[in-house]
Amino acid sequence: MQELLAHVPLEEVPSADGAKGAGDRALVRRLLARDESAFRELVARDHAALVRIAGALVNPATAEEIAQDTWARVVENLPRFEGRSSLRTWIIRICLNRAKAIAVREARSTPFGSFENDDGGEVEAERFDAHGNWIDPPREWRDRSAEAVLLRREALECLGRELRAMSATQRAVLTLRDLEGLDSREVCNALQLTESNQRVVLHRARTRVRRALEEMYRQEGK
Amino acid sequence: MLSCQEVTKLVTDYVERRLTFLDRIRFQLHLGMCGHCRQYLRQMRIAAAMMGRAPPEPVPEATMQELLARFRGWRA
Repeated sequence: MQELLAHVPLEEVPSADGAKGAGDRALVRRLLARDESAFRELVARDHAALVRIAGALVNPATAEEIAQDTWARVVENLPRFEGRSSLRTWIIRICLNRAKAIAVREARSTPFGSFENDDGGEVEAERFDAHGNWIDPPREWRDRSAEAVLLRREALECLGRELRAMSATQRAVLTLRDLEGLDSREVCNALQLTESNQRVVLHRARTRVRRALEEMYRQEGK
Repeated sequence: MLSCQEVTKLVTDYVERRLTFLDRIRFQLHLGMCGHCRQYLRQMRIAAAMMGRAPPEPVPEATMQELLARFRGWRA
């Protein structure tokens, strides 16, 4: 329990991204000057992600409340933002801390059994021969980068469907790592997973996404 | 020598740089010889990059208006 109450550290981890830092500083200046369009920009950019992150820890209605509440805290604490991490990472940490505190209060604090909903986390065994070599190897996809894949509307639908179908743990890890770009240490800390569990969950989640995309291209090829 | 199936199981450990030195060499040796597994690795990298590249879902206008109203009320 003690562990669960431990908050994600709020001290700012230096961000490697200098260019982003300049953009953040400009945004913060506008926010402190009560510029509504700056606030609107920020909410449009990050609100959905906050709901998703909180939703990994609490029920959907509470997640929406936490996300909204996060904005109040962001505005209140903004004068103390020092820009040592990206603004986005800072906002996510506030949201995570809040979600964790509420999850503890709701006593639903460990939705993260690491190995639930296993299926889909590995390539089907039938695609390999007795020596483990490909019989049914991955086909080449028409698109060669994530940007190109995402130009297809069905790819977004496919990704959304897959996110909804996976376990809360997989969704949380995938969201924090691949969408928010947090490092594994931060994700382990936020979700109370061990490093190796976190990696297993991430592996399964990405394997599922790859397989869903493969299926999309397969359908298209017919 | 790693099998293709083992490569698909180790791919995230490889990308996350969590393989031992020896396993990393074995992994890369396999990749050097196996186009199918290179293809698989490429697709896993795309799968990992998808999330970060997806455009944010739009915020419902009612939520936005409510947050804006509160923003006007807050004292920074």
